[in-house]
Amino acid sequence: MSRLFPYIARYPKPMVFGMIALVLTKAASVLTPQVLRMTIDDLTVAVTVQKLAFYASAIVALAVFGGFFRFWMRRLLIGVSRRVEYDLRGDYFEHLQTLSSSFYQRWRTGDLMSRAANDISAVRMVVGPGIMYPAETLIVTVAALGFMFAISWKLTLIALAVLPLISYAVKKFGSAIHKRFMAIQEKMSDISALTQENLSGTRVVKAYVQEDHQRDLFADENEDYYERIMRLVKLSGAFHPLLALLIGIGTALVLWWGGAMVVNEEITLGELVAFFAYLNMLSWPMIALGWVVNIYQRGAASMKRLTVVLDEEPVLRDGPEQFEAPVSGRIEFRDISFSYKADSNGARVLRDIDLVIEPGQTVAFVGRTGSGKSTLTRLVARLYDVTDGAILVDGHDVRRLSLKALRSAVGFVSQESFLFSGSVGDNIAFGRAEASDNQIADAAALAGLDGDIADFPESYATMVGERGITLSGGQRQRATIARALLVDPPILILDDVLSAVDTETEERILFQLRSVMKSRTTLLVSHRISTVKGADQICVLDEGQIVERGTHDHLIKQEGLYASLYEKQLLEEELDRI
Amino acid sequence: MLHEEQALGKVYDGRLMRRLLAYLAPYKMRVVMSFVLVLAASALKLVGPILTKIVIDDYIAVGNLSGLNTIAAIYILALVLQFVVSYFQIYIMNMAGQRVLADMRGEIFSHLQKLQSSFFDRNPVGRLVTRVTTDVDALNELFTSGVVTIFGDIFMLLGIMGVLVYLDWKLALVTFAVLPALFVVTMIFKRRIRVVYRKVRTRVAMLNAFIQENIVGMQVVQLFGQEERKFGQYSELNRQHTEANIESILHYSIFYPVVEVLSAVAIGLIVWYGGGQLLLGTLTLGGFVAFIQYSEKFFRPISDLSEKFNILQGAMASSERIFTLLDTEVEIKTPAHIVAPGHDDGSIRFDTVSFAYEGEDWVLRDVDLTVRPGETVAIVGHTGAGKSTVTSLLMRLYDVQKGQVVVGGVDVRDWDLKKLRRQFGMVLQDVHLFSGTIASNIRLGDQTISNEAIAEAARIVNLDEWVATLPRGLDEEVAERGASMSVGQKQLVSFARALVHDPKILILDEATSNVDTHTEVLVREALERLLENRTSIVIAHRLSTIQRADRIVVLHKGRVREVGTHQELLAERGIYYKLYQLQYKDQEIDQLRQGFVEASPSI
Repeated sequence: MSRLFPYIARYPKPMVFGMIALVLTKAASVLTPQVLRMTIDDLTVAVTVQKLAFYASAIVALAVFGGFFRFWMRRLLIGVSRRVEYDLRGDYFEHLQTLSSSFYQRWRTGDLMSRAANDISAVRMVVGPGIMYPAETLIVTVAALGFMFAISWKLTLIALAVLPLISYAVKKFGSAIHKRFMAIQEKMSDISALTQENLSGTRVVKAYVQEDHQRDLFADENEDYYERIMRLVKLSGAFHPLLALLIGIGTALVLWWGGAMVVNEEITLGELVAFFAYLNMLSWPMIALGWVVNIYQRGAASMKRLTVVLDEEPVLRDGPEQFEAPVSGRIEFRDISFSYKADSNGARVLRDIDLVIEPGQTVAFVGRTGSGKSTLTRLVARLYDVTDGAILVDGHDVRRLSLKALRSAVGFVSQESFLFSGSVGDNIAFGRAEASDNQIADAAALAGLDGDIADFPESYATMVGERGITLSGGQRQRATIARALLVDPPILILDDVLSAVDTETEERILFQLRSVMKSRTTLLVSHRISTVKGADQICVLDEGQIVERGTHDHLIKQEGLYASLYEKQLLEEELDRI
Repeated sequence: MLHEEQALGKVYDGRLMRRLLAYLAPYKMRVVMSFVLVLAASALKLVGPILTKIVIDDYIAVGNLSGLNTIAAIYILALVLQFVVSYFQIYIMNMAGQRVLADMRGEIFSHLQKLQSSFFDRNPVGRLVTRVTTDVDALNELFTSGVVTIFGDIFMLLGIMGVLVYLDWKLALVTFAVLPALFVVTMIFKRRIRVVYRKVRTRVAMLNAFIQENIVGMQVVQLFGQEERKFGQYSELNRQHTEANIESILHYSIFYPVVEVLSAVAIGLIVWYGGGQLLLGTLTLGGFVAFIQYSEKFFRPISDLSEKFNILQGAMASSERIFTLLDTEVEIKTPAHIVAPGHDDGSIRFDTVSFAYEGEDWVLRDVDLTVRPGETVAIVGHTGAGKSTVTSLLMRLYDVQKGQVVVGGVDVRDWDLKKLRRQFGMVLQDVHLFSGTIASNIRLGDQTISNEAIAEAARIVNLDEWVATLPRGLDEEVAERGASMSVGQKQLVSFARALVHDPKILILDEATSNVDTHTEVLVREALERLLENRTSIVIAHRLSTIQRADRIVVLHKGRVREVGTHQELLAERGIYYKLYQLQYKDQEIDQLRQGFVEASPSI
């Protein structure tokens, strides 16, 4: 919770003025019964119509005064909570941007989302209502009690006689209700688990005609849930009526004892009526207190959940170095090993990779799923840091380079062809917002997407994603290629980016890309031998090691893993053609 | 996905409301009782000020102290009564409301059981689970307090107005002078806040959609160094969201003070006009005090309005989603006219079947296939050839677009759906285990299967060796859907499951995953026993299974291309021959990797 204070402290002015407004508005409301007291006391003796009019206007005037400050109280105090929410949302998102791929591998999107959506709101409640209501309660309680004591300390003690009972009831009920509430939560998670299990096994359920049985199982849990809720209601249903009863008894006692006091002329009738009004003011805070406690508990839990993310250290530290000259694109892997797990005894995905790629070369990486070929290229873009060894780009260790410099030198197209919602044009221009329409069209043409775009309803302005058209896997892949080409990076990495297009289209695109690849260093990852055939050098990876390297012809002659992959591929292609 | 979850529901929708309230119909008595009780509770709430009036006028004014005790006793009695009435009202309303929620959960779950596989292909499980859980929960307050308390509030307002008129109709009318203003203010507020709510919800949805998209695409943002630009866009959305919220604060900040001022004007009017009446002697002092106390009670329900608004809006959005699900039509169901198979021999026939999961994307084209009773047919083919689809169509998990699937001489669409599916025993690649014991996973819901039969089945499929090592044997709990079990063990459980149900036709989708040599032997043996004397369709991955089949059907690109025995098809040197080589190559590479090379089996 202490993490929240700096956020609130940013708004000292609205906080202080809001509090002042709060005090003033409450002052107006505790003064109103005093006017009533005077009115009634005057009425019992003698009063003029003018005096009545004065009292009436005083009541309205107090309300206007109080209302004015109440307006500012809400606006300022709740306003601060919204600003704190804004800041928190900003910090949360900004922090997420600094976290690297290894973080996103560990965390589920839904989890991060629920923190952004629900937890920030819960924390907001602490800052707004969580500050405003307790402050109101405190002031009203102190002031009302003060006035009550001033009227008669005896009567006050009688009115408060029920107070120990109330706090006893709150405590007793509170823990019992909590226990029964937890029992309900437990049952709800059972129901949720049962449903989840049932729905993910829908084929088995259908195949073994288990619908009725499953329905019975569900009905049992459902019934149990109902019973648990009713057990809670048995208690919680009594809670508020009981509070009302206890407070009411206080009122009845005041009526009884106070009435006698008026008759005995210890207090005036006006004082008795005012006393009632104050007693009435006290009843609300008692009810609100439970609510505020709830807000604090939820808020504290949520703040903790946010803090876990906010305290996540960015693993990839930005380096100080910049490229001195235009990047030539020389890449050197110096005896690197890599494991996705941070601790060094995690399984090595890559081992002892030694490789030099000269500027302008095209190097292909092949191997089976899980051989480490994609991982290798991710290290060049520094999505992860190597566990041992070093990767050098133009002689700079990538860890010493500024991330910005490195990443603007590397155009990385990954397997997951992710596009943002927006137009096709915007997506292609993602890395270069200032690109002209012609440049965008050129990039699209190079990636072989121009023909598709021409068929889209609004050409480059066509929206993609949920609110637009759905692109095919192949179209998405080509869009991501165009996106990378537009930036014109000296190093281009294509990580299995043509898997979703057919062989013919692939060959056509590769042909077009040849000119692009000639002028820059290209790393090519593919399952298909046909894609990599023409590379200057082919590295075959197996279990994280380079087991074979050389040109296509050279590797075929070796009759090793590459040759057998190639053979298999030919078979598959043959099958495909049948 | 986000869109549906955050659809901009209306604050109030009469059609939805009527449909929701219809769920209360079976519990009419409870609702009526609760309704009566809420009226009684509201009436009892009116007792306080009246008693105050009596105390002031009849006792204090004349100095009668003895009567005071009686009044205090009556007051406490009324309070106790109010407590009892309120408690029972809450309890009984919950008995109705919680029942309704349970009914809805049950209805949604049952409906989900009936829906066809294509529905589950489109809707992620997680989202469907929230329909049963959180969406129903959002209706809680509406059913357990919302509906009835609104009537209670209205009744109390009317009651207060009645009492005031009774006490002094002229003063009452003067006091009511603020009501038109209050009405207008409330209407304006309601209209304004509705617009603002909508704005807030739209912006929350946009903000959340943006975060979601950027979390998923964070790598792309970072690779292209677009953090700053994205943060700028985010800040803009964040700002708009905050502004909309601050706008809603403005409306509340105005509404509450205005209601308060109006309430003060009412009291002022009572002081001014009522005081005058008092001077004229037409109103007693007690009546005056009672008037003031009543008018204070009058304004409270109106201030609670915003809370009720929130309840209502949440309920509308959730019920919309729930009803959309309940309105999803059950497409695959038992037909009105069932054709009973004459002599159900367990034969299978595909008659020029074409099928597409979506549109014109044909997965199967003109497939003709006959499986004779007792025959074992292996289906082989490359990935995406349509093998699994064949088995899905048999059990009528989907309906074909062209041709027909005939089981036991009757089109599957003419079968009683449950009877049809009971013909089959299915073993899938990914074994789905339910929480429960191993035995309950074998038995599933069929209580007629004895423990002995389960033990016997476990023995036959070689499960007994492993089960013997478990402290509780077959009654061992399956933890976390079998997370602690090996793939092989899970497979054997699903074999036992199929065996114990003794199906006429067995459908087996062989798992491809590697298991250790010992387990492999166990599985292979179990498989033999399972296939014995049973019509079987096997999507085969094991060479041994293929070789053992009576016939092999080669599916390629949705068509049946070759049919024959292992030897015949190899001799043809067609697709099967290539497939065989492809698989063989896989094995060879595996063996190379594991460092042992076996002599290649002669073809």
